[in-house]
Amino acid sequence: MAAKEAPSTVEALLAAKEIVVVCGPGGVGKTTVAAAAAAMAACHQGGKVLVVTVDPARRLGQALGLGQSAGGVERVPAKAFASAGIVPRGELWAELLDTKKSWDALVARHAPDEATAQRILDNPIYQNISGRFVQSHDYIAVERLYELHSEGSYDLIVVDTPPTRNAIDFLLAPQRMAEFFSSRLLRLLTVPYRMRFADIASKPFFYVADRILGSQFLQDIAEFFILFQTLSDGFVARAKEVERLLADRRTTFIVVSTLETVPVREAEAFMGLLPEKGLHLGGLVLNRVLPAYLLEPGLAERAGRLSAGAGELADALCATKGPMAGADPALVERVLTEVGTNFNNIGVVAKREASQRSELSRLPSVVATVPELEEDVHDLGGVLELGRHIWSWDKS
Amino acid sequence: MAELLDHKLLFVTGKGGVGKTTITAGLGLLAASKGKRTLVCELDAKGDLASSFETAPTTFEEREVAPRLWAMSMDTEASLRQYLLLQLRLPRAFRIGPLARMFDFVAQAAPGAREIVTIGKLCWEVRERHYDLVIVDAVASGHMIGQLAAPQAINRLVQVGPVRQQTGWMLEILSNRATTGVLVVATPEEMPVTETIEFVGRLKTETTVGLAGIVVNRVLPELFGTREEQAFEAVCAPASRELLAGAIGGRVEPLLEAARLMVKMRRSRAAHLERLREAIGAGTARDRVDLLYVPYLFLRSYGLRSTRQVAAALAAELEN
Repeated sequence: MAAKEAPSTVEALLAAKEIVVVCGPGGVGKTTVAAAAAAMAACHQGGKVLVVTVDPARRLGQALGLGQSAGGVERVPAKAFASAGIVPRGELWAELLDTKKSWDALVARHAPDEATAQRILDNPIYQNISGRFVQSHDYIAVERLYELHSEGSYDLIVVDTPPTRNAIDFLLAPQRMAEFFSSRLLRLLTVPYRMRFADIASKPFFYVADRILGSQFLQDIAEFFILFQTLSDGFVARAKEVERLLADRRTTFIVVSTLETVPVREAEAFMGLLPEKGLHLGGLVLNRVLPAYLLEPGLAERAGRLSAGAGELADALCATKGPMAGADPALVERVLTEVGTNFNNIGVVAKREASQRSELSRLPSVVATVPELEEDVHDLGGVLELGRHIWSWDKS
Repeated sequence: MAELLDHKLLFVTGKGGVGKTTITAGLGLLAASKGKRTLVCELDAKGDLASSFETAPTTFEEREVAPRLWAMSMDTEASLRQYLLLQLRLPRAFRIGPLARMFDFVAQAAPGAREIVTIGKLCWEVRERHYDLVIVDAVASGHMIGQLAAPQAINRLVQVGPVRQQTGWMLEILSNRATTGVLVVATPEEMPVTETIEFVGRLKTETTVGLAGIVVNRVLPELFGTREEQAFEAVCAPASRELLAGAIGGRVEPLLEAARLMVKMRRSRAAHLERLREAIGAGTARDRVDLLYVPYLFLRSYGLRSTRQVAAALAAELEN
């Protein structure tokens, strides 16, 4: 549905949308791509642009002016742009997501009164889910996105999704949260503690649960659930709104992948799922792709001839006048052999990447390619350099 | 380092995308080829482990995928069922369905519930000596600490009952450094190295589990030494290029560019590798951990062929 009207460049995509969710398999450079997209929008389209991230590389975080501690929106200082030689049209803001703080704020908002909120915050089981468990990161990232968007303070928000076991977990988080609270099991589990007088403990269900976990632990859990249930209505309503926002026309998803076999498979599955869930697939960014010159026809043969004839060629080079005169032929032979072998190695990878890529291009999404960069992104200049590759969106 | 395979239980972790599954599979093949009855277990059922052996999807019931090598995938519900039947001696006719659903629900919020069932199954395989070695394709390093610390967390929260008794023997197996260890996989890149250093620190302070080793995966080859590099520059001069182009029947520039690209890529990775070596080697001699290097596989990066190559590379490293 929405995918058919997809803008054909990332520039147009960022101009048209208010929320960009950057997602994809682990280890492909999502965070950097998210930062680059946001920085480019701030530079060239103006307005207030916010990038929300969970776990940036230290130097990328520094490039965005983020300290070590999470929480709070901070403006990327003008001098960071100045040292990159750029006068941005707009403002770039960044936030390092603080999972625990966001959960606490959520509880405080939905609790019926302050005392209940405090009891929940003090519950050891609550502290465990909010601080430690990754499943909760998925939800809190979208929840925070919703909150930031409803503030109305930004023209564009780019979110870098947290690392999940599967990229898909992120999409299902609001639904799971709603199901969790609507579950009949929640009611069932808390029954014996709401009806102390009932002879319910003798029923096999509770008998077994009690034997496994011990009644104290069961009671702790039940207390947590009973308290948490007071948040239920607010939570369910909110999760539904969050889900609606993700499906809104103003929201788009950019999938990032490398061209390695395993990430490509995961990215493909993810892209298939987006339209199924009524979500807008804005485009696919292929990161760390080998340069196209490696695909020039006939190169493998030339590399073969270079390796096979390395001895003779080295002698010829060392015998002629010029830069190589008098060099050690054995040394030059080794160099030529290595150059030939190296091409065979890297050329195979480039061909495999090209084949993965042509299979991906069957998909109706725009594709941008970012080459393998020579060094890690460590300042805003590096972020913007990567951004320029995304900006020159291509469909080849 | 030969003692790596003398462990009974190895958890393979690392940042997402560094090749945990391939290393797990390769190590499994290697252990089995050395005569050990080996079980490899995938924790999140993405199916990559099955692809590494070119077999049908793995299930909770382990299946022999190579001589002396069995593969399975974790399923918390099936694991819970097995636990209930074996430990609590529930009648087989007992309807586990509702209980499992309840567990599933509780596990969404209760700390460590899912983890304990997972860890419990793995420790149980070790305790019962079903295998000489159990290798776990575990969760990413960001979540690994929580998983390994689950028995302690449960111990704190559950004051009485069989679950508390259960965590005791699990902790014993996990804390025994000759029995159990964590193998961290990293690629020589910024985030994987940073996460590995952080993880190794947290493993020491927050768990009782030992570090068995670090695998540096996808190491690029070094093309040139210093003298070769100088000769390479001379080969790149216009006169040399012309001679070579005539001899090989076409432009030589792309071949030279490719060599330069590889040298640069290797160099930027080498800096991260150095950072890892420094951080890891900084400990006392007792804490020092060896690094095992697995080369970047150019020709095949996926499937049984690459698993075999990883196994061979690990074997060579362990013999060093």
